[in-house]
Amino acid sequence: MYKIAVMGDRDSVLGFRALGLDVVFVEDTETARHELHRLAGSDYAIIYVTEQLSLALDDEIKKYKDAVTPAIILIPGKGGSMGLGEASLHSAVERAVGADIS
Amino acid sequence: MTSATINPTRMELTRLKGRLKTATRGHKLLKDKRDELMKQFLEIVRRNRQLRKRVEEGLEQANGAFTVASAVMSPEMLEQALLYPKQSVELDMTYRNVMSVDVPVYHFKTKNEDSTEIYPYGFAQTSGELDTALESLSAVFQDMLQLAEVEKTMQLLAQDIEKTRRRVNALEYVMIPDLEKNIKYISMKLDENERGNTTRLMKVKEMELVEAHDFKEA
Repeated sequence: MYKIAVMGDRDSVLGFRALGLDVVFVEDTETARHELHRLAGSDYAIIYVTEQLSLALDDEIKKYKDAVTPAIILIPGKGGSMGLGEASLHSAVERAVGADIS
Repeated sequence: MTSATINPTRMELTRLKGRLKTATRGHKLLKDKRDELMKQFLEIVRRNRQLRKRVEEGLEQANGAFTVASAVMSPEMLEQALLYPKQSVELDMTYRNVMSVDVPVYHFKTKNEDSTEIYPYGFAQTSGELDTALESLSAVFQDMLQLAEVEKTMQLLAQDIEKTRRRVNALEYVMIPDLEKNIKYISMKLDENERGNTTRLMKVKEMELVEAHDFKEA
């Protein structure tokens, strides 16, 4: 049985706790990195990460791109969308097609 | 694979022809695989884009409501209200095979039967905005789950397409031309040897005839 986690700053992710997801508050990059690896290593199938946080974790997130679990999905935080989710879509297209066609 | 190292023998020729046949067949199959993967991939990308838009809009709404709620309530109250969730989710994951790429399919179960039962607090001490925030969060959650599935599928397919594309190109532009070149080289060499042999035989025959009968060809 797998679990779902949400990572980000307190204000952006607190609400997910009510839905029954595991919420991890992180403020600085070092703990964020550490937590991400911990979550990925245990039985979390989906980890939602706020876009703000993902900026600092770019390398770590890339590492898990080719693995089946976990799926690391960017969500907009309290500051609204920064277009990073869309950007990851573009990079996937670029990777597959060899050129950005969209 | 350079022509300098190959032996121009019939055996080598047969071997290379066999390899060329396999390579051509493999190329065709991989090309078909790539095309089909690409078709599926573009479909997934389209779905991903729609879902992401919906999720981002939904989350924006939820975040807005949440900001209002945290402005109305004290941080301690907010924390306390959400301290112990009533609901919990479990995720079951199976795999779907798309052109021999295993992609995840998520099945999601809430522990509490009533999925609308998401408010882990009494209504007396909390603001209505918090209810709104949670409601919109739970509304967007189904889409978020689907987004996760679709996005992971997209990443895995992209990886496999990249791999397949490289193989197709390697076969098409390196393996097959190389094999064809070597086959040509060998058959030319063999033909050349054959011709050399024929002339030599003709020459020897002539010499023999001259010697035996003092025969001169006209």
